[in-house]
Amino acid sequence: MNSRIAHIAFNTFREAVRDRVLYNLIAFALLLSGAAILVGQISIGIERLVVVNLGLTAVTLFGVVIAIFIGIGLVSKEIEKRTLFTVLSRPVQRWEFVVGKFFGLTGTLVVNTLFMAIGVFLALLYVVHRLEPAAVGILTALYFIVLQFLIVCSLALLFSSFSSPMLAAVFTFALFVIGNLSEDLRGFAAVVKGIGGLIATAVAYLVPNFSALNVISQVAHGEAVAGRLIVYNSLYALLYSAMAVSGAVLIFQRRNLK
Amino acid sequence: MVAIETTNLEKVYAIGFWRKKTRTALRPLNLTVEIGEVFGFLGPNGAGKTTTLKLLMGLVFPTAGTARILGMEIDDPVVKAQIGFLPEQPYFYDYLTAKELLEYYAQLSGVPPKERSGRVEKMLGRVGLRDAGRVQLRKFSKGMLQRVGLAQAILHDPKLVFLDEPMSGLDPTGRREVRELIQQLQHEGRTVFFSTHILSDAEALCDRVAVIHQGELRGVGAVADLTSQVHGKVEIIFAGRTVPSGLASFGGQTHVSGDVVSAVLSEEHQDTALEILRRERCRLISLTPVRRSLEEYYVQKLQPTDVGKGVGA
Repeated sequence: MNSRIAHIAFNTFREAVRDRVLYNLIAFALLLSGAAILVGQISIGIERLVVVNLGLTAVTLFGVVIAIFIGIGLVSKEIEKRTLFTVLSRPVQRWEFVVGKFFGLTGTLVVNTLFMAIGVFLALLYVVHRLEPAAVGILTALYFIVLQFLIVCSLALLFSSFSSPMLAAVFTFALFVIGNLSEDLRGFAAVVKGIGGLIATAVAYLVPNFSALNVISQVAHGEAVAGRLIVYNSLYALLYSAMAVSGAVLIFQRRNLK
Repeated sequence: MVAIETTNLEKVYAIGFWRKKTRTALRPLNLTVEIGEVFGFLGPNGAGKTTTLKLLMGLVFPTAGTARILGMEIDDPVVKAQIGFLPEQPYFYDYLTAKELLEYYAQLSGVPPKERSGRVEKMLGRVGLRDAGRVQLRKFSKGMLQRVGLAQAILHDPKLVFLDEPMSGLDPTGRREVRELIQQLQHEGRTVFFSTHILSDAEALCDRVAVIHQGELRGVGAVADLTSQVHGKVEIIFAGRTVPSGLASFGGQTHVSGDVVSAVLSEEHQDTALEILRRERCRLISLTPVRRSLEEYYVQKLQPTDVGKGVGA
């Protein structure tokens, strides 16, 4: 990573860390983990299942909210407040700015996930008094969650590069929801014939496949995650987010900063 | 090599939902700024000053024409390392302290790590913010933000500094300090290009000025030349409480203030007027040709032309 991208990424991370809203979201996530403990205690025999399910779902939802909330403002806020002018009047290329912002937000989400994950593990430890054998599975699920954040971030960045922050938030959240139903969409596309089928297939493959990245239920039931899936999912998330960020760069390169 | 050179630089925005209407922000601009000059870009609000600066900074793209800075294309990273820019009413990352902000900009400008800290401290001192270096920018007043803006513009030792309304939001002391800073920059051999609509600042600081109005360049000239032009009138100031009748008959403007009388007369009446004063035993204090002020030049250049429709920014 070139040094300018690293400096922009670090500054983005620093902004997020100093943003109080972020702390509130983390507090909410911890509260939800607390709720998981409570529910786990009244779910006799399935405490582990409930805690893992609730905890990881909370991590996903709050992470996605943070990714969308910060992601849509990454570039648009800088244009609106004109902070971008003094950055781009320096030897900083526009693509470096966009990529730096993306890495900064990704780093923020990784750190947040780390804190939220600690909450989940503490809840688990409290309820079942041991981490093994679920720990590896949970870590894999957390890794997939981070991959989801990567895609959500890149989509928020892409949409915010040509629409208002509000619309960008709506588009990104809508894609997150649709992406979680992508397996159903692919199933639907397989049974529809003709042009409708083609369109359904195109849409099914165009939307991010968040279903494949969601192994929470599997992990909660103690089932192992195939190593092949880890490789495929990693490649898929990297490729998808790289394409979305490239799209954002292409749009931003041509944009007049009025 | 010149500092700035624009050739038919033009900006037209497409507006409306279908982007079919247009708004001309800048008509073809041909301008040259020499190295080492302090150049004032004058014009009322919405004249096209900021659009021109944004075009030169690569923040907006020209519809037509070209611009070169220090002999290079404006999007060349080598150029960007040699210019400083203060936007109009600057807003900075308010979660950072002044020191952190300047360090960040020093990093982006490629200032070597060993020099960063010293350079930041020096700049904070130069703009009078040495004691406020560890204060978050959200607690800064408008004037303090303007000073931080100036510091970031010159932090990396640029050859050419662009300042968009640098006196905006400053109190009289702050304005004087900025004027001194611009003079220092000139003495250091830097080129300064600044936009303003405060003519006294331009007259005091600039070697040359350009007047822009409704997106159109209306005139360029050296301040010394513009203000040395005489009107064919003279101002006579003499001691007295009344205007001698002979003098009043010339029909010029007269003004009595206490024991001093001033009269602005046509140059052709100068000798006769002096003769009258000698005869009336009035003590002559001064006689000076009336020079054209920058304000008169500016106002003259803002007179309507037939191309001013549909322009803004």
